[in-house]
Amino acid sequence: MGTHIYKINPEFRDIMPKEIIDLEENATWSDTTDKRGIKELPETKELLEEHSLCAGCPEAAALRYVLAALPKPEDTVIVNSTGCTSLMFPHIALHTVHSLFGNQNAVATGIKRVLDWRFPDIEKDVVVLAGDGATVDIGLDYTLQSFFRQENITTICFDNEVYANTGGQESGATPKGQVFKMAPTGKKFEKVKMWELAVTSGCHYSMNMTASAPKAVAKAVREAIFVARYLGPTFLNIYTPCILEIGLNANEGLREMKEQDKERFAAFKFVSPEAEELLAKLKEEGRL
Amino acid sequence: MSKRSDMTETKNWSGQTLVTADHMLFEAPRTKHFMTGSEVLKEAVKRCTVDASVSYPITPQSEAAHLIGELWAEGYVGVYFRGENEFGVMSEVAGCAMAGARTITTTSGPGTLRAMENFAQWSGTRIPCQLILMARGINSPLTIQPDNLEVSYMLETGCQIWYAENVQELFDMSIAAFVVAEKPDVHVPIITVVDGFFVSHTRESVMLPEDDIALFPYDPYKAPLPPIDSETPPGRFLRDPFVMKSNYISYAAHASWQWEIRSAVERSVPYAKHYLKGLVHVTGDADAEIAFIACGTASYQAKEANRELSKLGIKSKVIKLRTIRPFPEAELLEALKGVKTAFVPEFNVVGWLEKDVKRALYGKCDTEIVGGPRVAGGMSMPAEAILREVMEKLNSGKGA
Repeated sequence: MGTHIYKINPEFRDIMPKEIIDLEENATWSDTTDKRGIKELPETKELLEEHSLCAGCPEAAALRYVLAALPKPEDTVIVNSTGCTSLMFPHIALHTVHSLFGNQNAVATGIKRVLDWRFPDIEKDVVVLAGDGATVDIGLDYTLQSFFRQENITTICFDNEVYANTGGQESGATPKGQVFKMAPTGKKFEKVKMWELAVTSGCHYSMNMTASAPKAVAKAVREAIFVARYLGPTFLNIYTPCILEIGLNANEGLREMKEQDKERFAAFKFVSPEAEELLAKLKEEGRL
Repeated sequence: MSKRSDMTETKNWSGQTLVTADHMLFEAPRTKHFMTGSEVLKEAVKRCTVDASVSYPITPQSEAAHLIGELWAEGYVGVYFRGENEFGVMSEVAGCAMAGARTITTTSGPGTLRAMENFAQWSGTRIPCQLILMARGINSPLTIQPDNLEVSYMLETGCQIWYAENVQELFDMSIAAFVVAEKPDVHVPIITVVDGFFVSHTRESVMLPEDDIALFPYDPYKAPLPPIDSETPPGRFLRDPFVMKSNYISYAAHASWQWEIRSAVERSVPYAKHYLKGLVHVTGDADAEIAFIACGTASYQAKEANRELSKLGIKSKVIKLRTIRPFPEAELLEALKGVKTAFVPEFNVVGWLEKDVKRALYGKCDTEIVGGPRVAGGMSMPAEAILREVMEKLNSGKGA
């Protein structure tokens, strides 16, 4: 395991918080001989240090899977947006950006292009992680435009089908008929199928899934990041239900996701022929 | 396309010799050229070792944005592309600058308003990017004509705002702007304003240094916040202090951060004074009791009025404000010594500069401030309009 990225100056070691020392001693970073992944979660220091989401929030679990799956965290920048996801970002031991609500793919575009300009010989991954309001509604233009432009960015939407952080309002990702605030008689139009829009907008890899199976999430994240790094935009839509807004208890999120594995989030996976080829090659090389 | 790794200690990636801003602005020999504001901006960007620029079409700044694109094609600018709209562009600029790039963009009027949320975000993230604002009217009704109402919306964004009068000033200011914005103790964005068409499209004589020299590159590791490039060890921080928690510490963090941004703008004063040779420029009669306080093209027209008044035996002076943020209060007070009446001619209907002047001077100066004349929507401001304002004041009740 790669544990030698984070080095604390010995002069300051005695004043360092324990979680920082843990990052040095027991966190994993990129390593070509032993892939990072879900299996290390119980044994190593996670890049997410606690979090401030609700107890049992599936989004928090999904973020842990995403972080565990990053192929090269020490060279990964995560751009997020306003919403529940943004509450977790101060707790991540990576370079992260919260800018505005909805502009995440535009900010990520600037970052990625400049990182490629400044560091042409280092592979630096830029990952967007935002909620469905940020991705499908207020930020739709910027999300799709980054796909059109073929930016080398992975976009992950934590789709909880509602504006959760503002108190449970209907979003474009809410299913038709669902009663939420601002839709007091039920939503009038269908859930936006962002994963399909991603395909028609130029993504090389697009998935719709839930976060019920950690390994499946990790595999998708890893594949999407590699495809984005070498080919072009990739998109993952991951169901992370807001248990609070749909009236579930803290221990019921997993069951809800499993149920939706067969419903609105029945597996959708698109991989372009070029991406297929790339993934096969990476597998052959032992990088996947 | 160039590669950043082609840069050496003495040459940038396009082979230009690296020089200090002092050398570029004050020492390098210059030759005379004849060009528009858009063309001169290309010449300035060419000499600034610019990493990144993002563009979007809107009149009257489009040509300037095209020309920066040509610089990219010629290998002078590292990253260049067209964004999807101005909100997107300003966010893309933010991303470029956060990732450690010297970044420039241009916009006008409706584009400025569309992008508005970004400007406070720019200053909040302490990025030293530069926006060239080629001011035009704001809808509705639709206009593409010169009018600087949009500047009033920018005043409290936490960005520095400089105002260039003409093509020559646009060249010198846009170079100095990068240098001042990038000072580690300043490090806030800078908006260099010119009046659209009057400067962007008017061909004037301009003195330029040779184009085989360029500024030293931006060093993001001297910034008060680390660049978002994953080159510093990963730690738990956001680029901006994240204060969405409901407790006193988060409120205090937000408040102190906002104060710090404004303080950073004030800390730019000594640098701006040096590179601009003063925050205000005063011309005309030193002992005049009549003054014009203006910025941009309005100050040029005020100088015309000053010449006409001289022919009538009336002394006046023109106090041209070159920085709006920081507001040059001390310099303005000094320039107003002995002045009984000061007029503020403006290219907008609201009189934002008059309000700013009055706010700065309230209780500190006996000069009477008269807002006007004001023209808008593309109207020109002939010297006669300014003279009429003065004469109506001098001959109160008797007409101009």
